[in-house]
Amino acid sequence: MSDLIWKRSGIALVAVLLLAVPFILENDMLGVAIVCLAYAVAAIGLTVLVGVGGQLSLAHGFFVAVGAYAYTVFGSPKGEHLFGFGLPPLIAAIGAVVVAAFAGLAFSPIARRLGGLYLGMASLALVFIADYVFQRVGALSGGSGGRMVPAFTVGGLQLSGFTKHLWIAGVDFGGMQRLWYLVLIVAVLSAVAALRIVRGRPGQALQLMRDNPAAAAAMGVNIPRAKSGVFVMSSAYAGLAGVLIALQAQTVVPHTFSMTLSLNLLVMIILGGLGSVQGAVVGAVVVNLLPAILDKLGTSGALAFIDPTGVRGMSGGLFSALVFGAAVVLVLIFEPLGLAGLFRRAVRRASITRAG
Amino acid sequence: MLETLLQGLSSSSIYAVLALGFVVIYKGTKVVNLAHGSVMLLGVYVISLLAPRLGFWPGAVIGILVGAAGAVVIQFMTNAVRSKDHLVMTIMTIGINVMIAAELTHEIGDATVFTGDPWGNRSLSIGGSSFPVSRLMALIVGSVLIGVIFAIFRFTQFGVKLRASAVDAETSSLLGISQRSVSIWSWVIGGGLATVGGIFLAAFPANGLDSGSATLAMSAIPAIIIGGMDSAGGAVLGGLIVGCGEAVARRLIPELAPVLGDSFASVVPFILMLAVLLVRPSGLFGSKVVQRV
Repeated sequence: MSDLIWKRSGIALVAVLLLAVPFILENDMLGVAIVCLAYAVAAIGLTVLVGVGGQLSLAHGFFVAVGAYAYTVFGSPKGEHLFGFGLPPLIAAIGAVVVAAFAGLAFSPIARRLGGLYLGMASLALVFIADYVFQRVGALSGGSGGRMVPAFTVGGLQLSGFTKHLWIAGVDFGGMQRLWYLVLIVAVLSAVAALRIVRGRPGQALQLMRDNPAAAAAMGVNIPRAKSGVFVMSSAYAGLAGVLIALQAQTVVPHTFSMTLSLNLLVMIILGGLGSVQGAVVGAVVVNLLPAILDKLGTSGALAFIDPTGVRGMSGGLFSALVFGAAVVLVLIFEPLGLAGLFRRAVRRASITRAG
Repeated sequence: MLETLLQGLSSSSIYAVLALGFVVIYKGTKVVNLAHGSVMLLGVYVISLLAPRLGFWPGAVIGILVGAAGAVVIQFMTNAVRSKDHLVMTIMTIGINVMIAAELTHEIGDATVFTGDPWGNRSLSIGGSSFPVSRLMALIVGSVLIGVIFAIFRFTQFGVKLRASAVDAETSSLLGISQRSVSIWSWVIGGGLATVGGIFLAAFPANGLDSGSATLAMSAIPAIIIGGMDSAGGAVLGGLIVGCGEAVARRLIPELAPVLGDSFASVVPFILMLAVLLVRPSGLFGSKVVQRV
């Protein structure tokens, strides 16, 4: 009984903190916080694919890119040298998710046949082909300079980008503050949906497929369909994340979606614990937050070995890459369930102490 | 035509050397070393530090040894995974790759790394067309190395052990084959091959390597997928298909389809890979995974 109260009050505390974020954080860190949640959505999709389904993908960043560019193309008016459809933002966003899902479906003749490692290698093709397409088709990507992302507006209320001032309780509710709430809602809904999938029948079928394909097939799981299904689902999540990331960045540049992004997404879900939805969220927050915090501390002189410009020391991004790389190795050796596993163990220990 | 063929063959041999590295490691330990590119860059970076003082050849030997040693360290780390799940071990190499890449980026910065190889930018005239000496060396060294590796597989005790372990690790371990030594030596060979491939990737007509060049090793992935991940012969054939396909595309695109642009040639290996996967999911020579219930 007391555990339930603890759990509920914990969730309530987190909810209040999340709602209060725009009142606490300055604009630059609020941007980082939005990026954290946006990548959390992508990481949730990837952890279901890799952790629950046992299918490795090195191209998750590709589907994030598809979402970001599809939203931009659908939402922008037709330019002189740029593709654009001028659709309303909400339809553009939904369309972007659908396009990302279809991109996943288009890859499924390959995704449904290949297991784990082979799929990982094959998915590399998408990263390299996308890189070529973005460089070659300037009308799509706007070239290496990137292109502007249309702001998100629903019913006359603008939820991203630059907006008129709207003061609430001494805080200027600009586009960034409004976007935080939009991204928060989307992230919470994505996490809840993913939890239902993982804990329900599809999740159990996927786990069995990962651990013992023959047994899964004998139990009536259609293996090729399950493989392509989970791939499409993870692509849709990536596409949704892509829309959010584009809205935050306001300009999409091809460089954002390099292979490094796909690898970073994998780092997020490993640190969080493969297969754990909550872990993926925590992993995404840690991976995106640490470089920003380090750079901030380095600039203020609190950390002598960090320098964002890279003159006096390492940049925060490089240093955190070292930390994350080492953390991945340590996690996989000592705690394969990642931060989620550590947390679960700590909670169990605490409840045993309270009970005894 | 001859020029295209020679170009194709020489880049094939670089692909094949890198692909063989992946395959040897996969045969020995069932792990795909996704840190292959970082190992390659590490070896080349060491050569670039030593070559000005010791000369190219001693530097190259030490660099290749460092690449091999680095690979063995990675093998130790992946081997510490308790579940011995190959997918998890492969994923760990991603983390190791992130770590090495960050350190190398910090060391190298914006600079370009040169090995100081003795071939420079000289070219030979073969059949009326000019051909870089470095590429000829890549072709020769690559072919010799491939021959040596096949001889090792075929005739040495290690080769027999490796092949036996690749077929059935558990049984061969019961028959007294040390999986530990097989694993270590396969990574030694893999790391060494990665560095050799890196030397030629850095040589003329390319202009050295920069801190982002680790991704170049990933372009050998289509070769191993086309050939089949556990087939050394397949890796060489895959390298040939990929290298020649790329050279032919580079030659034909400006005439046939200028819309696609020059950079299309570098995507050709990946398109070939996807095409092969659609027809044969385990590559041309890969062993099919049979499910027994």
